[in-house]
Amino acid sequence: MAAKTLTIDGQMISAEENQTVLQAARDHDIPIPTLCHLEGVADVGACRLCLVEIAGTPKLLPACVTRVAEGMVVTTNSERLRNYRRMILELLFAERNHPCAVCVSNGHCELQALAMNHGMDHVRFEYRHPRLELDLSHRLFGMDHNRCILCSRCVRVCWTIEGAGTKSVAGRGAASRIVTDLNQPWGESTTCTACGKCVQSCPTGALFYKGATVGEMQRDRDKLEYIVTAREKQQWIV
Amino acid sequence: MDRLKLATVWLGGCSGCHMSFLDLDEWLIELHRRADLVYSPLVDTKTYPDHVDVVLVEGALCNTDHLDMIRIIRNRTRILVAFGDCAVTGNVTALRNPLGSAESVLQCAYLDNADLLAQVPSEPGIVPPLLDRVLPVHAVVPVEYYLPGCPPPADRIRALLARLLDGQTPQLTASQIKFG
Repeated sequence: MAAKTLTIDGQMISAEENQTVLQAARDHDIPIPTLCHLEGVADVGACRLCLVEIAGTPKLLPACVTRVAEGMVVTTNSERLRNYRRMILELLFAERNHPCAVCVSNGHCELQALAMNHGMDHVRFEYRHPRLELDLSHRLFGMDHNRCILCSRCVRVCWTIEGAGTKSVAGRGAASRIVTDLNQPWGESTTCTACGKCVQSCPTGALFYKGATVGEMQRDRDKLEYIVTAREKQQWIV
Repeated sequence: MDRLKLATVWLGGCSGCHMSFLDLDEWLIELHRRADLVYSPLVDTKTYPDHVDVVLVEGALCNTDHLDMIRIIRNRTRILVAFGDCAVTGNVTALRNPLGSAESVLQCAYLDNADLLAQVPSEPGIVPPLLDRVLPVHAVVPVEYYLPGCPPPADRIRALLARLLDGQTPQLTASQIKFG
């Protein structure tokens, strides 16, 4: 496979031609924040946290779905990017209801951790406080739409790793939400295999094991990576 | 330097942030050496004084008394600190916001879910009317610094106050701005 040479944050690196900017950066320990990205499933560029600057284009591009190119010059951590990233996080917190203090994922939440790392000590936007549902109809799992950031990780693991196709995104814009089958209670789904991969994938406290209380919801992402590696590379590596 | 005039205020919160303030333990003695606590639920001053240097405001703005109070505080204080998640975000106190107006919140709490003697409490002049929406402090008045946490741990409060006592800008690390 041909190699491409590019510059990320002033560092000359070589990457495989099919790699994304995000993969190339991570291979060289250059951190780029992500939220909707999940190892093992296709990227969709939904959360916009991985936006980077690429010389020659005025647009910011999501590193997770942008392929490397010969001679590309990438900046991952400018003042402008830091401002946008903090703004994105604030908008996510303002969009639905995220009181960390009473969340199952408090202390283990990717959204909470990103807010800390981006200096988000308050939200400058007005909170929307929408009234949203809690689906506790499944015998093992719960879905709290208040905590969902619509990253679609659960949808992608359900369709591409488990192959069940139970979860989808319905609606548009601010009215979008994750649905089960044809928008019916999760517990009545005829396609859900109760595998729990969606629960493992969730970055916030939106999907959880029933019975988990504040701060108890910890996830084991390695299980998802293990399955994907086993399937794609025929390597059963723990 | 003159002794710092420090105040703490308890608005729409559970007083957990004030409990955490008491958790400063022996550092309270150091604080006492360098600051006067001029107004607080912990002291017996009835009115909020003029020329306060620093105030820690616990709690969100939930009723009309809170709105009046926060404006008085702002007018009489140099540095206003939003103290804890309720003050910074609304947090648990704002859990009622999705229910809608004050009227529907009272309906839900005192009528729909009442087991006996369902009635909305009304004591004009004593019980202040609820606001339709619980607001974080910075939604109404400018805030100088934010101290997140539910409650902010004592070492986080100390990190902020120690800098303010020295006349410096507080600098909180990533782990010191954790919500929840």
